This record gives sequence, structure tokens and C-alpha cells, in this order.
Amino acid sequence: MSAKLLIGLDGAASGSRALSYGKRMATLIGDCEILVAYVIEWSPYSFQTAEENAQRHKRREEELKLANERVVNPAVKALQDEGFKASGIVRHGHVAEVLNDLAVEKGAEQIIVGRSSEGGFAKRLFGSATSNLVMHASVPVTVIG
Amino acid sequence: MKNLAKLGAGSALTALVGSPALAQEAMSLDQKVNEAFAAVTGPFVNFIFMSFPGTNFPWIVMWLVIAATVFTLYFGFVQFRFFKHAIQLVKGDYSDPNDAGEVSHFQALATALSGTVGLGNIAGVAVAVGIGGPGATFWMILAGLLGMASKFTECTLGVKYRNEYADGTVSGGPMYYISKGFKELGLPGGKFLAVLFSIFCILGALGGGNMFQANQAHAQISGIVGDYPGWITGIIFAGVVFAVIVGGIKSIANVTEKVVPIMGILYVGAALIILLVNYDKIGWAFGQIFDGAFTGLGVAGGMVGALIQGFKRAAFSNEAGVGSAAIAHSAVRTKEPITEGFVSLLEPLIDTVVICTMTALVITISQQLIIDPETGNYMLNEAGSSIATVGGTSGVALTSAAFASGISWFPYVLAIAVILFAFSTMISWSYYGLKAWTYLFGEGKGSELTFKIIFCVFIVIGAAASLGPVIDFSDAAIFAMAVVNIFCLYFLMKLVRKELMSYGSRLRSGEIKRFAK
Repeated sequence: MSAKLLIGLDGAASGSRALSYGKRMATLIGDCEILVAYVIEWSPYSFQTAEENAQRHKRREEELKLANERVVNPAVKALQDEGFKASGIVRHGHVAEVLNDLAVEKGAEQIIVGRSSEGGFAKRLFGSATSNLVMHASVPVTVIG
Repeated sequence: MKNLAKLGAGSALTALVGSPALAQEAMSLDQKVNEAFAAVTGPFVNFIFMSFPGTNFPWIVMWLVIAATVFTLYFGFVQFRFFKHAIQLVKGDYSDPNDAGEVSHFQALATALSGTVGLGNIAGVAVAVGIGGPGATFWMILAGLLGMASKFTECTLGVKYRNEYADGTVSGGPMYYISKGFKELGLPGGKFLAVLFSIFCILGALGGGNMFQANQAHAQISGIVGDYPGWITGIIFAGVVFAVIVGGIKSIANVTEKVVPIMGILYVGAALIILLVNYDKIGWAFGQIFDGAFTGLGVAGGMVGALIQGFKRAAFSNEAGVGSAAIAHSAVRTKEPITEGFVSLLEPLIDTVVICTMTALVITISQQLIIDPETGNYMLNEAGSSIATVGGTSGVALTSAAFASGISWFPYVLAIAVILFAFSTMISWSYYGLKAWTYLFGEGKGSELTFKIIFCVFIVIGAAASLGPVIDFSDAAIFAMAVVNIFCLYFLMKLVRKELMSYGSRLRSGEIKRFAK
């Protein structure tokens, strides 16, 4: 049975550090599959105008395409080029919640994420996605500094 | 909703402001325009708001209430049987995580609500209770509960028969389900009725959804800061609306779309505080509502007077049967159109049964309506047309006074709420009108821009002038939408029943998957 690692990317430097750590772990484990995930922050409870609603599907497709092209696909390709078994996924929602759900759904051994890249007031008020994930995750989480 | 001019709250607001001396000179031209316009549109307006012989009960109100009753019975009290399921849908319990990022049921409901919750919930209810007494509340709640079935019917059809374009955008609403549904059933005249609906929808959007809102927002602002020319308000509003609907400045829309729900919650919260402070009178207030519903407690017209006012307010406030909500709800991407129908039935509940009732309760409990200590009945004003109030207020001023009796600074919050509600109603109706416009003249940047510019111009006109007949006409247009829409719904409702049967059995068998843990 092969192990699975879920790596959360955020399109920033901390995500790349998580990725390199994931690679090292996968090498050590041996038979290991890497799942690269990128979460587009989105809430089903936000308020939108009727026109935004009508265009929502189109925007979603664009967001998915952009996230795949810019973040996920290059990462997956780089992993595969280095000989790792890797696949990617992009989803909308709350970062911590979605990463945890994905880990459970895909049967990942652990989640690897970079240290929070958010800052300032919002972080003080709501906590970062990373700290929320650490607090609520159902599988072990490794946070890369 | 929009029909305050008809209800008399418009004049109450104007009375608050006082008539400007400057306006007198400009009146002559306005009057000429008004008279010419009234002469042309008068027969149509009179027809829509015509009362049953010997009563002052407009047939259009009966038309809406009968339709709501028919749909309630035809779908076996769908609003109660699927109420819990509707809440689960809004909470996202049945949403596939793989579809995350699409318009959620909650978002569609919130968008549709921001189009209906407005001045009518604040001022219109005061007019209804002022004339029909607290008993009107009972009939209002009843009509609101029945209206849930009308919303269910039209919104299910709205999603089922919308157009989906290659680029992923959607267009839906009565014009689409009328033409497609009639074709499916092999009935003639679908295209004609759809065009007729679209014409009324454009007129309604420019009038009740625009000019009337601008007009009342100006009345509110000038009521606080003192009198100044209406075109200034008009230009400001038109500029902001232009920035949102033409410039696509999302930040403004985002701000209002966030502030409006907060205002709604604040309003209900304030009402609850006042009710809590007067908790010892709540039993008494409900007593007044029930007694008044069947005896009238001395109001003009007695029980029938209370009933007319209650039905009228509910029908005018939640727009059930008008078809506007079907346009707003059709944006949801769901495999099951009927789920959007379930969600939409919460709208009349929130708009009428909750928010309107709060207003009515606060007015009753604050004892702004004067009771004759000897008979226990309400005293009528000098004209005998409505109940005498403390300080002689009516309309939005009555609501304001009622809230002020509990929370002295609340009128300021109320004024801001009215302005924001007016703004969000305009944004919503600009979209409804646009969809009707593109149905008639085709989709495309040029065609859309034309309508949006016309819409902004009408904001300035609406704020600047006191266009009684124009507003009468646009109100009539909104209800003319209901005439066409409900007429067609009677033919199309069997399509909805098919959906309901199929969905109901799949829900019971567990084929409709629940995703929430």
C-alpha cells in the first residue's frame, strides 16, 4: 500500500518550501504519492449582485483555469519530471476546511503546508488558514517555516 | 415594496419634507408632463388597480392571493412539507463540494431578498396597520404564507427553462419559461405572452424599481439634512448605480450587498429589543392582532378593511407571483431546478412573515395608534379614513415614531436603512429590467449598455420630479407582470408538479445525496 501526502500550495514562497519538504518525505517513505492542492478562498455565504450570480459559472471556470495553469500544473509537472507520483487538485472554499476534507476524502497520511503567508489585522481577528488547519485537522499536519 | 405612492406613504414622506417654494415655479412644466402622461396611461392604471364593484378591494390583490391559494393546494402545502428541506439546502447540506465556487443557494436567496426587502417593509406596513389596524397583520401573515407557494412555482420554472450560453453565463426568468414551457406543452401564444411580460418588466424596473426608489430616498435624505433639489440626489445615485452596473465597480456593490443584510438584521434586532423591553405587552399585542383580524376593532371597513390592508401589503411586499424573483434565482447552477424553488419559498417568509410582522408588532406595542379608553376600539382620525396616531404620523414617520419610543436614536439608523434598501432594490431591478430588455432586443454589449444608460437617466428623473402618474403607471406595470406571469403559471404548474413528484421520491429513497456530515 502506498502512502499519500497532501501538500497545500498558496502560490507563494511558503508553498514552495512545503513542496520541497514533501519531496524529501516522499523520498524517505519510498512508495509515496503526492497530491498537490490549491484552494481558492470562497464562501457560499457572501453577498453578490444578480449580475455577478449570472456570471459566476464563467468566473469559476476562469479561476480554476488560472490556478491550474499558474500554480498546480507546474508543480505537478516538476514533481513528475523528478520521478514522483503526483497529481493536482483545485477547489473553492475555506482553505483549512477544504484541505482537511481533501485529506480525509483521499486518504492522505498527512497534510504539509507552509507557514501562514497572511498578515496584519485579518490574521489577528480570524486566525490564519494554517493555524485553523492545525487546530481542526483530522490527520497530522506538518507546518513548514 | 414599490407601491407606496398608491398606498399613501409617498405623500406621508413628502409631507415630512414640506413642499419647497422653488418647486412651485417648476411645477408648471412637471404638471403638463404629468397630465399628458396620466391621460395616456390612466385607463391602464385604472384597470390594474380597479376595485371590485362596491368595495375598495383591488382585483389584482385578489388575483395574487387566489393564485397563491391555488398553488398551495395544488402542491399539497409544499411550503410546510419542504420547509425543513429548504433550510437544509440554504445551509449547503446537499451541495456537492466539487461544485464549490458556483452560486450557492444562500447567495441566490440573499440576492433575491435584497430586491424585495425595502421601503415596503418599513413604510408600507405602517400604512397598512394605520388604516387596517393591528388585525391587518394577521391577514398579511396568512397571505405571506400562501405566497410562498407562488414563489416556489415561478422560481422552479425560472431555473428549469433558463438559457445557458457557451461562455458559461445564464439568463432566465418568466419570459424564458413562458416561451419554452408553452412550446413544450404545445400551447400557442407563448412568445407573445413572453414579449408582453418583458415589456411590463422593463416598465416596472424603470418605475417601481427605480424612479420610485430614487424619489423616496431623496425624500428621506432631505427629511434629515433639509430641503435641496432632487436632481442632486438623482445625479449622485445615478453616478453610483452607473459605476456598479456599467463600470462594474464591484467594491460598491459588495459594500451595499454586505451592509443591506446587516441593516435587515439590525432592523429585526431593534424590533426584538423593543418587544423584549415591552414583553408584558406582547400577549396583549397578539390579542389585538387576532381580535382586530375578525372584528376590525373599530377601523374603517371593519374586518374586511383589515383583511384588504393585510392582503395588499403582503402582495405588494414580497412580489410573489410577479415573476421578478424567478429572474434573480435562475442564476443558480443546480442539477435539480426544484431545489431553487424550495429555497425561494423562504423569501415571502423572511420578507413578509418576519420583517413586516416585526414592524407591525412594534407599531402596535408602542401604542402609537390611539385607543378609545371607553370602547377599547381604535379611534379614527378626523377624516375617518385611518386610525388616529400620536402626533398624527403615518407611513414611514409612524414606523419611525414607533421605534423612537423604544430607542430614541433609531430614526437615524432607519433613514440610512431606507436609503440603502432603495439602492439595493435599484441594483436588483436594473438586472431584472436588463434581462427583459435583452430578451426583446438581444444580448450584446451595445444593447445592454443602452438599457443601463436609460436606467441611470430615469434615476435622475425619479429623484427630481414628483411624477405621481408615472409612478402609478410603473406600479401598475409591476402588477401587470403578475397578470401575465400568473396566467401562464396556471398552464405551466403541471411541469413543476412532475419535478416535485420525481424529486420527492428520490429524496425519500436517498438517491438525492446529502453531503453534510
